[in-house]
Amino acid sequence: MLIKKPSDINSSEITSKELYLNRRQFILATSATALSASAVLGRFGSPFSPPLALAGEKLADLRKSSYSTTEKQNSFKDITNYNNFYELGTDKEDPAANAKYLTTRPWTVSVEGEVKKAKTYDIDQLTKVAPLEERIYRLRCVEAWSMVIPWVGFPLSSLIKLAEPTGNAKFIQFVTLQDPKRMPGQKYNVLDWPYVEGLRMDEAMHPLAILSVGLYGEVLPAQNGAPIRLVVPWKYGFKSIKTIVKIRFVEKAPPTSWNISAPQEYGFFSNVNPEVDHPRWSQATERRIGEFSRRKTLMFNGYGDQVASLYSGMDLRKYY
Amino acid sequence: MLSWLKPAVFIACLIPFGQLAYKAYTGDLGVNPIEFITHFTGDWVLIFLLATLSVTPLRKITGWNDLIKFRRMLGLFAFFYALLHFSTYIVLDHFFDFQRITKDILKRPYVTVGFTAFVLMIPLAITSTAGMIRRLGKKWQQLHRLVYLAAIAGVIHFYWLVKADIRRPLQYGIVLAVLLGYRLVVKWRTPALLRASNKPPLRSPLEGQSE
Repeated sequence: MLIKKPSDINSSEITSKELYLNRRQFILATSATALSASAVLGRFGSPFSPPLALAGEKLADLRKSSYSTTEKQNSFKDITNYNNFYELGTDKEDPAANAKYLTTRPWTVSVEGEVKKAKTYDIDQLTKVAPLEERIYRLRCVEAWSMVIPWVGFPLSSLIKLAEPTGNAKFIQFVTLQDPKRMPGQKYNVLDWPYVEGLRMDEAMHPLAILSVGLYGEVLPAQNGAPIRLVVPWKYGFKSIKTIVKIRFVEKAPPTSWNISAPQEYGFFSNVNPEVDHPRWSQATERRIGEFSRRKTLMFNGYGDQVASLYSGMDLRKYY
Repeated sequence: MLSWLKPAVFIACLIPFGQLAYKAYTGDLGVNPIEFITHFTGDWVLIFLLATLSVTPLRKITGWNDLIKFRRMLGLFAFFYALLHFSTYIVLDHFFDFQRITKDILKRPYVTVGFTAFVLMIPLAITSTAGMIRRLGKKWQQLHRLVYLAAIAGVIHFYWLVKADIRRPLQYGIVLAVLLGYRLVVKWRTPALLRASNKPPLRSPLEGQSE
């Protein structure tokens, strides 16, 4: 059971108009309720685990995690109204305004490549791969701001194990949806679409790396990367790819969107590192949203104890 | 000249500031208020610089010589918003951490060029008075050509700080290119002697103004 802090906003207060309209769209789109109910039950075989539908829906029975931070969480309002999600517009408030276009059902995620058990998951099957946990993580954007976000998700390693990667699988590639109708920002090629990202296999298997389907105990809002996204808290935020449709196991380091856009500015690893500046600005400090003074940025975003060993012997100035 | 026009324009130039103050008062500065204030004030510096630079072309093209009376006001408002922008950076963003600020200015090209633009505007603001125009004589005209550099530096500052979406810096750049290009074309087309005789007497920017 998710124990909320008293200062947290009531979920009934924060369900915005966009989310409410989305829900109505969903109901209308699925015609007869009986038809959809039987389809749902038939698919999952269990009347006791209804599919996760849309943002605003509560997620129950969340496990707590020792990986969560006890730092003050940013408000739901801040987290859902300040987003770098260029597929929904390049201003920070654009994704919230354009969230209504991003319908997240039906949705499939294809797991393919160097695996023994390739599979195309319906999103609602994917969320059952492992018990959902609450992971309260710091997120540090490469622009030098940060938040503390209570994600809901499960370890990426759970999915990887199910896929049974072969010996050739050294890296994992992630691909975002390509659909300018649902993501109008894709009409402008500020980046090459679709957005792609990747991790080294040991990074992907690390218990800190999660696939997230929720936020603040509720289904993930569109502007935060619904219906499913990656969260890799020790790396700059752009590595935590959103709206995933494909997870491919590959032999060589896959291309990543920001590295394609500006290779001297964004590397494959992009570990949070106060000692390696962005060519155009310093990474030594950050602004925690909600705070007045800047903070010193921590190596690996403060997750050094957990992840530093992945990079021992690596020159992080070279492998930025 | 309609006597209410100048105060009206003055008040209009204050509207962005008023808007900002109101947003601050009502807590409507968004999730990252310091960032919002920085971007908002920065935008208006560029807008006012471009407005200042369009006075002369507009004057020549439309024949509305009275437009010159607004040029100083527009220029000083550019400086006003630049002061706000720079203060936001020093006080709100870095809270007087002068070690970090100096490092920023020296090491970060977009900050270097932004700081340069600001510094270039200071002598222009200081010498904007009637007394200064009289005192500097011919040199005033030469000094105030620095506004071209300040505007160019301002646009480059914007272009160098955006991550990937260069549309807005590019839009400002295009407008600036047109405004500067106009002056180049006029210069090339006007033979030197004609240019010298065309120069208005130095006191014309102050005609009709009360001090």
